[in-house]
Amino acid sequence: MTAKTWTQNNPLYLDYQATTPTDPRVVEAMNPYWTEKFGNPHSRNHHYGWEAEDAVEIARGHVADLIGASTKEIIFTSGATESNNLAIKGVAKFYGDKRNHIITCVTEHKCVLESCRALQQDGFDVTYLHVQENGLIDLDVLKAAMTDKTVLVSIMAVNNEIGVIQPLKEIGQLCRANKTFFHTDAAQAVGKIPLDVDDMNIDLLSISGHKVYGPMGIGALYVRRKPRVRLVPLIHGGGQERAMRSGTLPTPLVVGLGKACELASKEMAAEAERLHGFQNRLFEGLKERIPEIFLNGDLVHRIPGNLNISFAYVEGEGLMMGIKDLAVSSGSACTSASLEPSYVLRALGVEEELAHTSLRLGLGRFTTEEDIDYAIERIAKEVNRLRELSPLWDMAQAGIDIKSIKWAEH
Amino acid sequence: MAYSKELIDHYENPRNVGSMEDGASDIGTGLVGAPACGDVMKLQIKVSADGIIEDAKFKTFGCGSAIASSSLVTEWVKGKTIDEAATIKNTDIAEELALPPVKIHCSVLAEDAIKAAIQDYKSKAATANKGQDAAE
Repeated sequence: MTAKTWTQNNPLYLDYQATTPTDPRVVEAMNPYWTEKFGNPHSRNHHYGWEAEDAVEIARGHVADLIGASTKEIIFTSGATESNNLAIKGVAKFYGDKRNHIITCVTEHKCVLESCRALQQDGFDVTYLHVQENGLIDLDVLKAAMTDKTVLVSIMAVNNEIGVIQPLKEIGQLCRANKTFFHTDAAQAVGKIPLDVDDMNIDLLSISGHKVYGPMGIGALYVRRKPRVRLVPLIHGGGQERAMRSGTLPTPLVVGLGKACELASKEMAAEAERLHGFQNRLFEGLKERIPEIFLNGDLVHRIPGNLNISFAYVEGEGLMMGIKDLAVSSGSACTSASLEPSYVLRALGVEEELAHTSLRLGLGRFTTEEDIDYAIERIAKEVNRLRELSPLWDMAQAGIDIKSIKWAEH
Repeated sequence: MAYSKELIDHYENPRNVGSMEDGASDIGTGLVGAPACGDVMKLQIKVSADGIIEDAKFKTFGCGSAIASSSLVTEWVKGKTIDEAATIKNTDIAEELALPPVKIHCSVLAEDAIKAAIQDYKSKAATANKGQDAAE
């Protein structure tokens, strides 16, 4: 067997938190619904409509099963961004005249933070919880922030940059005790870790298709029925999806999401175990080859498919340019005009100079052990080359504390 | 984002990487940027008695464009007088490497680095001259 060769135009994919490839079995399941079985699932008068509707309902069942919900609690949307908007704005607008306080967290995805900002413009009070150094929220701080006006707590299940898993069950208990709804953005968690909406007292849960080896352009929102959570819809129209999300359902995409969830239900446990081994092999391999690297976020409370590492003294984007045969993501965001490093890493208290040196490495279903060894080799070689070019590395070797230098911020 | 051949060449095969004796009176050192901003350049020049830059070395912490910009200027300043070197503009660097708009600041930093190195050399020379005057 010859080893795969990775190049700039065919790089090894290690960015599974950005998106996951659609599983070929998912594509296969979707195929008939573009051409032969093309009916509108809302058409009630002929076979084309019925077969599409049947497929949609089977898919809804697979989505529900994966999170321990019932089919009537699953609303299909265009993706997790829409689901998060609908959950947060929908609940706030329905209950806002009685309860107008929302709690979220500074490391949430932008679509949660921006939805909350929009509600602040409409007069809602929003508390943005800080996180601990390991990326997890402090439950005592959450408890202290809750009042009898708190209508919603929105805390993500798994962080997209650092992969840490928040204590969902404990958050759910606190919310239930305070009669506050608990929404979780589970885009990075569904199919990666076991989720049970009843056990965890989750009232609303956002799902993304393309993070779970399903297609892009589809997602779902779980909305609890007992006790019932009510929402003001964002999109008005024909009253589809229990009037919470109007618009014709895209049958092929819905079928794809359903198939992806079905596969995840079956394969998640074995896949998690395999990826855990790879995560460990990658982290240990890098540590062995490269001194002074630092993991961002908790190692234990973390999905197995993520590592976020600061390679001190080497700027992340400069590093990525040297490993063009690896498709990874940088925490430095130097390409944006702002030059601001990742707000998530900053929230953990990672110093800016270290935040600029971080890479996010995402592993997934199609990653192999050979890929891990290749990545270790390439990253180690390039980090060591760039450290030879780095004046900061020189200073560190000479025992100079780079914080003691008066830098001209630009 | 596609980078130019010139930029990639300087990134992959950087010229004049290294350090020179900082304390020497014929060496000027410029250290610009900040780790918190994601780029730091150290540029050093060795100047002959008649004001010609005989050698230049650099070390850079930063993105590929920052590394390439500093590598390029070490090539450009060698053989120039310090006054000629001081006229190198960031726009020349940006043009040579075809820097994308978000990377223009890298060329600005490289220009700053040359100016800082020249300034450091001049202030050392001035101190040395003063010392000489006092001795005479």
